[in-house]
Amino acid sequence: MKNLLEISNVDLIIGQRHLLQNVSLQLAAGEILTIVGPNGAGKTTLIRVALGLMKPTTGQVSRRSNISIGYMPQQLHLDPTFPLTVKRFLSMVGPNQSEKAKALLQEVGAEQVFNSPMQNLSGGELQRVIMARALMRDPDLLVLDEPVQGVDVHGQMELYQLITKVRDRRQCAVMMVSHDLHLVMAATDRVLCLNQHICCSGTPETVTNDPAYLELFGPHAVKNLAIYSHDQTHHHEGCDDCCEGGNCAR
Amino acid sequence: MTAAKGATVLDDFLVRALLGGLGVALIAGPFGSFIVWRRLAYFGDTLAHSALLGIAFGFLLQVNLTLGILVICQLLALLLFLSQKQRLLASDTLLGILSHGALSLGLVALAFMEDVRVDLVAYLFGDILAIGTTDLGWIFGGGGLALAGLLWLWKPLLAITIHEDLARVEGIAVDRINWTFLALIALTVAVMMKVVGLLLVTSLLIIPAATARRFAGTPEIMAVSASLIGCMAVCGGLYGSFHWDTPAGPSIVVAACLLFLISLLVPKRMG
Repeated sequence: MKNLLEISNVDLIIGQRHLLQNVSLQLAAGEILTIVGPNGAGKTTLIRVALGLMKPTTGQVSRRSNISIGYMPQQLHLDPTFPLTVKRFLSMVGPNQSEKAKALLQEVGAEQVFNSPMQNLSGGELQRVIMARALMRDPDLLVLDEPVQGVDVHGQMELYQLITKVRDRRQCAVMMVSHDLHLVMAATDRVLCLNQHICCSGTPETVTNDPAYLELFGPHAVKNLAIYSHDQTHHHEGCDDCCEGGNCAR
Repeated sequence: MTAAKGATVLDDFLVRALLGGLGVALIAGPFGSFIVWRRLAYFGDTLAHSALLGIAFGFLLQVNLTLGILVICQLLALLLFLSQKQRLLASDTLLGILSHGALSLGLVALAFMEDVRVDLVAYLFGDILAIGTTDLGWIFGGGGLALAGLLWLWKPLLAITIHEDLARVEGIAVDRINWTFLALIALTVAVMMKVVGLLLVTSLLIIPAATARRFAGTPEIMAVSASLIGCMAVCGGLYGSFHWDTPAGPSIVVAACLLFLISLLVPKRMG
């Protein structure tokens, strides 16, 4: 299997709700795929299906064998009574991991919180620490569920740059969910626009010009996007042009 | 002979009470810590409330009452585990229904047993001064088993406490461990019944743990400190009960509350 992850024709129905409709995607090593979509579009559900936490009603999900997955959940709800330092949180992955934890914390730019309690971290620090935890497992695939949540705009930009840097250094694949439309476009190779079904997908440029995308997010979103998309450095070539906007079911 | 000497020491009801109380406090520390970390206080309450039904069950089958309590608590833990997986109702609603349903059903069942007269207060608030050697056996045997089980599950349980899905992705058998953990709590609650009674079991689980939080930088230190603080509460409560002739179970809980209040005066150490 060449791809790290292949999802083909997945449908997920729970009760009366059709959460995912005929979703297919592939993810190769070194590739960043971002899933965008409105609230309730099934973004997190798709992530859970990809991770094997939920079974699709129909369709196939296959991960390359022996794949190591680093998962960054949307939030940690740690009770204030739980005494847990960052060091311990990172080192829990296995025995004698504290040196590695320190190095990874440096990699994500949060070495100053090594000995802090988890509950004392700011939004940005917490996201970096959770990212370091995902990296502890030397992942082939990083799965990030809204990695910039609870972080101010400047911090968000930094986090997206960090994700790109991590990918460049480790050549792992990244699959992330984002709420935000503007900043993420500069940090991703491919965008998949989800609203139960895949509305359109492709490079950020193709997707943002797609009528299905415009319909889903409205012209405002796209107008704001222009502010951010050109001053970032990332490769624009190699456009697979897999956008299916023309065939969009809507 | 040493056996004869041991027997004379255990003949003293105060010694038995102290041993039973200390045993229960030792078990309660680590379990109580997990209960506060995972916000399971209401869950513990529900199991404890079902104990009365277990007592009725014990009388009905004429078996050891602790065994009756244990069986009912285990069944309820299983029921809760399954219904939470199904997400039938909001957890606290479900717990409320089962908790008060089981308590009331227990009272009604006992009322139907005409030839059974029970000292309800002893079951509600504990009867530590009436602890016998069989009870001590339950506390140290059953409690020891529960603690050994918890120690065995310690690391994966910490991972699950942080984030269930993260633990799943990292390859931990979350459901199996959660279920075992609930069964161990049910065992703990059953052996704690005699000392503090079904209404106060949760307090002896959570108050020492909450007190220990102020002094703990790691989960392990918190668990051990909670045990020690629980032991102090037992000693203080028994002393007070003896001195002022107050009910022993509630006195222990009052002592635990006092320790908690005193701990609030200590400068906070988060981490």
